[in-house]
Amino acid sequence: MPSDTVTTLADKTARATPLALARRVRALSDQAIAWLFITPTIVLLLAINIFPLLWTIYLSFTSYRANQPGRPIRWIGTRNYERLLGSEDIWGYMQVTASFVVWTMVIQVLIGLGLALLINRNFKGAGFWTTVILIPMMLSPAVVGTFWTYLYHPQIGIFSYIVNVFAAVGPLDMIGSVDLAMWSIIIVDTWMWTPYIMLLCLAGLRSIPPYLYEAAEIDRAGPLQQFWHITLPRVMPFLMLAVLFRGIENFKMFDMVVELTSGGPGSTTELASINLKREAFEKWRTGYSSAFAVILFVTVFGLANIYVKALNRVKQT
Amino acid sequence: MTPDTNPQPVPSRASCLRRFFRRGPWENAATALIAIGVVMLMQPVSMTLFSHAFGVILVGTVGFVIVSHFPE
Repeated sequence: MPSDTVTTLADKTARATPLALARRVRALSDQAIAWLFITPTIVLLLAINIFPLLWTIYLSFTSYRANQPGRPIRWIGTRNYERLLGSEDIWGYMQVTASFVVWTMVIQVLIGLGLALLINRNFKGAGFWTTVILIPMMLSPAVVGTFWTYLYHPQIGIFSYIVNVFAAVGPLDMIGSVDLAMWSIIIVDTWMWTPYIMLLCLAGLRSIPPYLYEAAEIDRAGPLQQFWHITLPRVMPFLMLAVLFRGIENFKMFDMVVELTSGGPGSTTELASINLKREAFEKWRTGYSSAFAVILFVTVFGLANIYVKALNRVKQT
Repeated sequence: MTPDTNPQPVPSRASCLRRFFRRGPWENAATALIAIGVVMLMQPVSMTLFSHAFGVILVGTVGFVIVSHFPE
């Protein structure tokens, strides 16, 4: 076929381009063309990510209230930060957040590692059960929160029914009880995110060469010694990664808890992010909540740095 | 036995600085500072520790960003 009859999309585009424009584009250097392509993305990133961040930092030093847009913005220095870091209420919300993060991490690591050890045995139907276990992780947190409110319902919920099968305690109001509300969100988060921990542990378990166990058996090491000296050290970097990632995510947990308890009863499940939303969009203390947001942002950013460092360490192993 | 006629080379100031500003130990220090700050922020024991937590995290985070540009 002669070359001039080939009509690809590139040919068509080239022919349709006006000659003057084509000459101008040809005069551009490679670097200029690269900048031409990158610039829209950079502008978008600046507009969506960087500008709001810088604006929040600026607002955190002011007494601005978003429900009074006509009022002049007054610079008050670090007063918002001083008020936040001297507030016993904020300290309390941080402790609620800590309690949620620590308990979810401990339970999820134990169950996740256990499940990974089971799945790693490659029994019949292991693939099917792995898929079944992974399903909760694929759901939206808002959906999970909504349907667990039905499961937790004291009258019609299946959770209360199952508990009453084992112990006759009457209608169990998980969400409405001061003692049980925290456990209600811990259980849901564990149900949803244990598969993620399991998946990472499984990756760690699959990376252990079998000859290590063979050598250990020759040396008459028992199953517990094999677990302690081979399995655990090899899985640990993956486990660290999972804990850091889930720790960061749970530190800024919002949607699922809002759907389930909205921070109640009282403030027993009021995590830092839920209080931040309350301050910003219910009390309209924009400057104060911006300072709170900056504190949470710096904390998450610091933890993310540790996460990236751990990730690099896992890559090296 | 012949005496050693080649004395050890004296390390230059630049190499001393380079050895001092290695990424590894500084990064570990910044990481430790961030971790301590997070614990201070969420502990239930002392309000004073809570009040100083943000400063510690901020120093650790900014420090981490700076030291991650140090040579290996």
